[in-house]
Amino acid sequence: MSKDLFRQTKGGLIDRNQTITFQFNDTTYQGYSGDSLASALMANGIYLTARSFKYHRPRGIVGSGYEEPSSLVELVGDEESGNQPITRVQIRPGLNARSVNCWPSPNFDLMAINQYISKLIPAAFYYKTFKWPNWHFFEPSIRRAAGLASAPNKTHHQGHYETRNAHCDLLIVGAGPAGLIAALQAARSGARVILADDGLESGGSLLSQHLKIGGKEAIDWVRETTASLDAMDNVTRLTEATVWAYREHNLLVITERSPATPNVFQRSWRVRAKQVLIATGAIERNLVFANNDRPGVMMASAIQSYVNRYAVKPGKRAVLFANNSSIYAVARDLKASGVELVAVIDSRSSVNDLPEDLQDIHVFRNFVVEQCHGTKHLSAITIKNAATGETTKIVCDLLGVSGGWNPTVHLFSQSRGKVKYDANLATFIPGEAVQACQCIGSASAIFTLQQVMEDAVQKTLQALDLDPGNAILLPPLEPEAEYSIEALWHVDLNESLCSKSFIDIQNDVTLSDVHLAMREGFDAVEHVKRYTTAGMGIDQGKTGNLNVIGAIALKNGCEPDEVGTTTFRSPFVPIEFGALTGIREGSVYLPYRHTSITQWNKDHGAKMYESGARWRRPGYYPRSDELFQTTVNRESRLVREGLAVYDGAPLGKFEIKGPDALKLIDMLYTNNFDNLKVGMGRYGLMLNEDGIIFDDGVTFKLADNHYFMSTSTGNADTVNQHMEFFLQTHRPDWRVKITTITTQWANATLCGPKAREMMQALGTDIDLSNEAFPFMAMREGKVGGFQARVCRVSFTGELSFEINVRSRDSLALWETIMEVGKPFNISPVGSESNHVLRVEKGFLSLGHEADGTTTPQDLGLNWAMSKTKTDYIGKRANEIRLAENPSRWQLVGLLPDDPKELVDESAPITPGGRRESSEGFVTACVWSVVHNRVIALALLENGQHRMDETIYIRRKDHVVTAKVTAPCFYDVKGQLLRS
Amino acid sequence: MLQISCPFCGPRNEVEFVYGGPLKNRRPDDISQIDDTTWIDYLTVPKNPLGPVQERWWHVRGCGCWLTITRDTRSHDIIESEIES
Amino acid sequence: MQSYSIFSLARNALSGHQNWSKAWRSPPLKKRYDVIIIGAGGHGLATAYYLAKNHGITNVAVLEKGWLGGGNIARNTVTIRSNYMRDESIPFYVKSVKLYEGLTKELNYNLMYSKRSMIDVVQTYPKLREIKRRMFNGDLHGSAYERIEVDELRRRIPPLTGGGPESRLPILAGMVHPSAAVCRHDAVAWSYARAADDRGVEIHQNTEVLQLLRDSTDGSINGVETNRGTVYADKVAVVVSGHTTSITDTIGLKLPLKSFNLSAFVSEPVKPIIDVIVNCPDIGVYLNQSDKGELVIGGAPDAGQSFRRDIKQQVFEDAVCSMLELFPSFKRLKLMRQWGGTLDIAHDATPIVSQTDVQGLYVSAGWWGGFKAVPAGGYTLAHLIAKNEQHELTAPFSLNRFKRLDFILEAGTTTAT
Repeated sequence: MSKDLFRQTKGGLIDRNQTITFQFNDTTYQGYSGDSLASALMANGIYLTARSFKYHRPRGIVGSGYEEPSSLVELVGDEESGNQPITRVQIRPGLNARSVNCWPSPNFDLMAINQYISKLIPAAFYYKTFKWPNWHFFEPSIRRAAGLASAPNKTHHQGHYETRNAHCDLLIVGAGPAGLIAALQAARSGARVILADDGLESGGSLLSQHLKIGGKEAIDWVRETTASLDAMDNVTRLTEATVWAYREHNLLVITERSPATPNVFQRSWRVRAKQVLIATGAIERNLVFANNDRPGVMMASAIQSYVNRYAVKPGKRAVLFANNSSIYAVARDLKASGVELVAVIDSRSSVNDLPEDLQDIHVFRNFVVEQCHGTKHLSAITIKNAATGETTKIVCDLLGVSGGWNPTVHLFSQSRGKVKYDANLATFIPGEAVQACQCIGSASAIFTLQQVMEDAVQKTLQALDLDPGNAILLPPLEPEAEYSIEALWHVDLNESLCSKSFIDIQNDVTLSDVHLAMREGFDAVEHVKRYTTAGMGIDQGKTGNLNVIGAIALKNGCEPDEVGTTTFRSPFVPIEFGALTGIREGSVYLPYRHTSITQWNKDHGAKMYESGARWRRPGYYPRSDELFQTTVNRESRLVREGLAVYDGAPLGKFEIKGPDALKLIDMLYTNNFDNLKVGMGRYGLMLNEDGIIFDDGVTFKLADNHYFMSTSTGNADTVNQHMEFFLQTHRPDWRVKITTITTQWANATLCGPKAREMMQALGTDIDLSNEAFPFMAMREGKVGGFQARVCRVSFTGELSFEINVRSRDSLALWETIMEVGKPFNISPVGSESNHVLRVEKGFLSLGHEADGTTTPQDLGLNWAMSKTKTDYIGKRANEIRLAENPSRWQLVGLLPDDPKELVDESAPITPGGRRESSEGFVTACVWSVVHNRVIALALLENGQHRMDETIYIRRKDHVVTAKVTAPCFYDVKGQLLRS
Repeated sequence: MLQISCPFCGPRNEVEFVYGGPLKNRRPDDISQIDDTTWIDYLTVPKNPLGPVQERWWHVRGCGCWLTITRDTRSHDIIESEIES
Repeated sequence: MQSYSIFSLARNALSGHQNWSKAWRSPPLKKRYDVIIIGAGGHGLATAYYLAKNHGITNVAVLEKGWLGGGNIARNTVTIRSNYMRDESIPFYVKSVKLYEGLTKELNYNLMYSKRSMIDVVQTYPKLREIKRRMFNGDLHGSAYERIEVDELRRRIPPLTGGGPESRLPILAGMVHPSAAVCRHDAVAWSYARAADDRGVEIHQNTEVLQLLRDSTDGSINGVETNRGTVYADKVAVVVSGHTTSITDTIGLKLPLKSFNLSAFVSEPVKPIIDVIVNCPDIGVYLNQSDKGELVIGGAPDAGQSFRRDIKQQVFEDAVCSMLELFPSFKRLKLMRQWGGTLDIAHDATPIVSQTDVQGLYVSAGWWGGFKAVPAGGYTLAHLIAKNEQHELTAPFSLNRFKRLDFILEAGTTTAT
């Protein structure tokens, strides 16, 4: 097999006994269990894996993990998902992946033509052109060219996402050497520990390096340590679990990419941690030089990972290029892998820290790589002596680059910790922590294993407030060279080369682009970023951002810290939206409330509506093939002429009790309650302190100091809040207790001329005569065998009895009513007919008639505004508003001249029906069954003084004329409801 | 998600609470004594500091108490939390 | 001003793009200007531009604490529309949309103005009634808004597969607002800055106003104290969306404003899937797809005053849940970046463009969705500063309304709780 040419015969964390077949760009390949898609392709000799975003240049694999800036794939089939870094996809049987944003293939990409016009399309070129005839003319083709993968268009077939909440004493982010030793230290102390790592298995950088710990291979130490952690109950160890957000009050969010639970795709954890250790390691920076994006140019640490972890040979003839000492460990491992190491280009001028054992390597000190040769694959490089300028060409097919190490401070920065520039390390390192967290290991800019482990143990003890005496013993480690670096933000541009030096590989941003931006005045780092789009790709510039800052600093002749950083935002890596919400979908997305008779309603064909505060209520009960209006007319007529029943259970209900109950009610409502007699109720109007109408409802006096208040359905919760707020924060000395009983009581409202007969038929010990039980009274007793509070209130204008029973009795009551009511032809009615009936009566529905600017006086509710009370909530604001704003929109009735034309609710009334600012609007319009014509309610400027005037309702296509009337069309004196 | 310390219930997630706006002075017993301008300011002008603000939260999905907390609007750090007395 | 076109691009390509001139100057800070504008965000820069262009006032300094265009103009969801509800608001936004439509040409800068229409997904009857009111009132002022049925809605938004008849909140109808657009937000700031600079306006970045200064005799404004020294002017405009009170508190001026955090997030870039702006008012989420392919998604503001520019987990999760109810296939789409901004919201949730009780001090604040208002906000504020009288389009947005408790209540309620 050809792949053997690219695979070492032994070593690595792959299982050579398990061959896996997969597809990439429609070709079938084989790899081993443990391979990532990147390593498997590399082992197959595939180096051209992508095309770039803008210029469609050939691209290969650059990194080995989440930092991968170059090759993105989309997964096809059931696991459809786009824009996955090729390095983060594990191969598995049936895997089908393809490169994004190239057609037909990375090898032959038609859009590669962009390379030839690249001079015309520098950074931000689009701001300067595409203006004629207009942007819309160009936009569709630009949009098609942009974007990367296709959007997924289906969801998983089976299974679900999940979310969890967790608390812990210590959350350790990252299970590399620092995280593991910290976890061990913390776990031994008994603390509750969560250890989360992004990788397939714990170990972090140890998985990719050849190190000895305690005399053993590092991987053995990793596996022993994880085994002992797993044996402890106080440790939760997560793998393939990315901590991607650090929120306020030490809340962190983790997403597990493949939890062990069957049928769970992904699981997110919201962790509230007492302390956090950020052990996220460091990310290697890229180096910027001409054609640094050629397939075959890779991060040095990635090469190390491929040769050690995956036992791959990423090339035949390798050169390494670095500005720091970490390159020599890579050189050592590369040599051991059997890849020919041709040379090391070390840009440092002053340091010579070539290890003893590598003296045979050809090192070009104080040299840089000037450019790469080759098109679809690296064929050679030209190096340049930084002192003399002399150049040399070296033939090679693999170039490993290391621009130095950036501590992974993303989470630390998200936690609001400030980062500071360290000139010796040429990078930003964590400064003072703001929340309860610390960076440990290389995330805190410590680079030798010995120091990393000592630091981790010491900071763990600190975090858990333990004595140094509790420190665990560290395993013996081999000596390591100190990390040393000389900043090299980019190799000097050589204009004569006419080639591009990429500073952000993913977004195709070059060094020239950054310089262009600065020439044009975009010199703040945020300006450069936004003007060039550097760092705004899927990788969010993990390998390139600091080079942008460095390039700006070089140009401005300042230090990088004077340039500043851009903000590190969540998420650390892209996270599937599905993983954020877990099972919160479908029926539990917004759980709805329903009454005891919801099932009965559904069984009887009710059309259910959302009706505020998450309640679902019947809108109407159509019979077989009835049209909507026919049903509503039938139901409305039934109430006016016979008998109907309405499920009013969702109405907000409160019991208010205590010596100061009346004081509270008088404060809440605009009208007076102090003369209300026991057993009687009164309509009340509630304002907020701004004088805006807030709610209305009927309150009954059950006994002295004991009231039963009802509110509108939608406002029950906010009224509760309003009352408790006033009571607890403004009048904590008042002795009142408010109890919400909305769902303790349910009711069935009998309405219609035959309601009293029906009550009789149900059987009750309550005296139903109008004298003994008048309108607005409440009586307690048995109805149909059920203990009930019966209220004579009416929202329809007809004789009504609202039978309140315990919720658990309400279905039985309802069924009894249906049975007993048969001789009366009883039928349930819904909110649609209620709306018609209340409009006929001119009763208010706050959602319709009050739009926030309406005052009670505008609605003709002057009678509800107490003249005698010195105070109630909203009184003062109402007075000021009326005094200062004499011209008001007031409630009126409307009779359209065409009695058959239903006008849209919300339609504006304008002077003369002209297209100009409105002088009112239609709040409700219905077909009146008593008048057999259309009637409407409206708010109209100065309306109370414009009776009989003709006004003009401006519909979009024509004008409807209507006559202004009083806002009541039926039983104006209210005799029926009092009958 | 803030973590608010309820004096009764201990540290709880913000989703158990309802926000009730910045602290205002106790509503006067006799508002007729206050001039219009003062009252309009009382209604419409909140404190909006870049720094600690006192505000009300209702522990509605807990003990039902209204709390007053002092929270820094720059950092969301909660400096103090108390109930009405 | 250097001309931008395909020809100038080609010409500059020949010289390796070495000869582009700076988009704006960095002049020395003078001691005195006719007008100081605090805040080089969208509104501030637009105000400076229209002061120079419409009123010939060019001795103007725009003082910016950070980098120009770095406020909410840099962190919004780029939606431009005029489908407001009230007569007081609609004409203002209609004007703003009209100005936007001509801006690419006027400023010689491609704003990538994409008139792609907005579709409201209506899921409850009360919302349908409210939106119909917007539709009818829009018609009175030339802002088109049309109802479409559910089938048509789904045809126009193919990934909208949720909200079926059996779902929690079934979709009842769609409302199309054809003149709605998106455009490149940064470019709005940059193009106004470039054009204002060209007309003589000075933009001073990294210039933080520490204190407003008042004349000791008549109390009128006479300048500002900055981190770079005192600068004098008889007219000072505070145009620092989100941070207005931090400036006005320095002289104890009372304003009915509270600062809140509003956040947004983007998905990974994908090939075109949604051609319109989608707004789902019943569940509080809206989205559009940028030209780069990212879905730009916004949700509801966070509770509680805040000056932070990040995002609360629960606010974010709510928005994601809502989106996934309607767009279930987006479960496998990935979140790429999230951020927040600071808004100051007026007591009646309606903007303020106004003189103040302090002679010579003007404020433009309370912008909630202020990106769409940038051109008209600047246009009318420039008018106010130049003539000392409200432009008719912003007459309703004066602070005087609070003195009468005559709220506009575009959002239907006040921010009081």
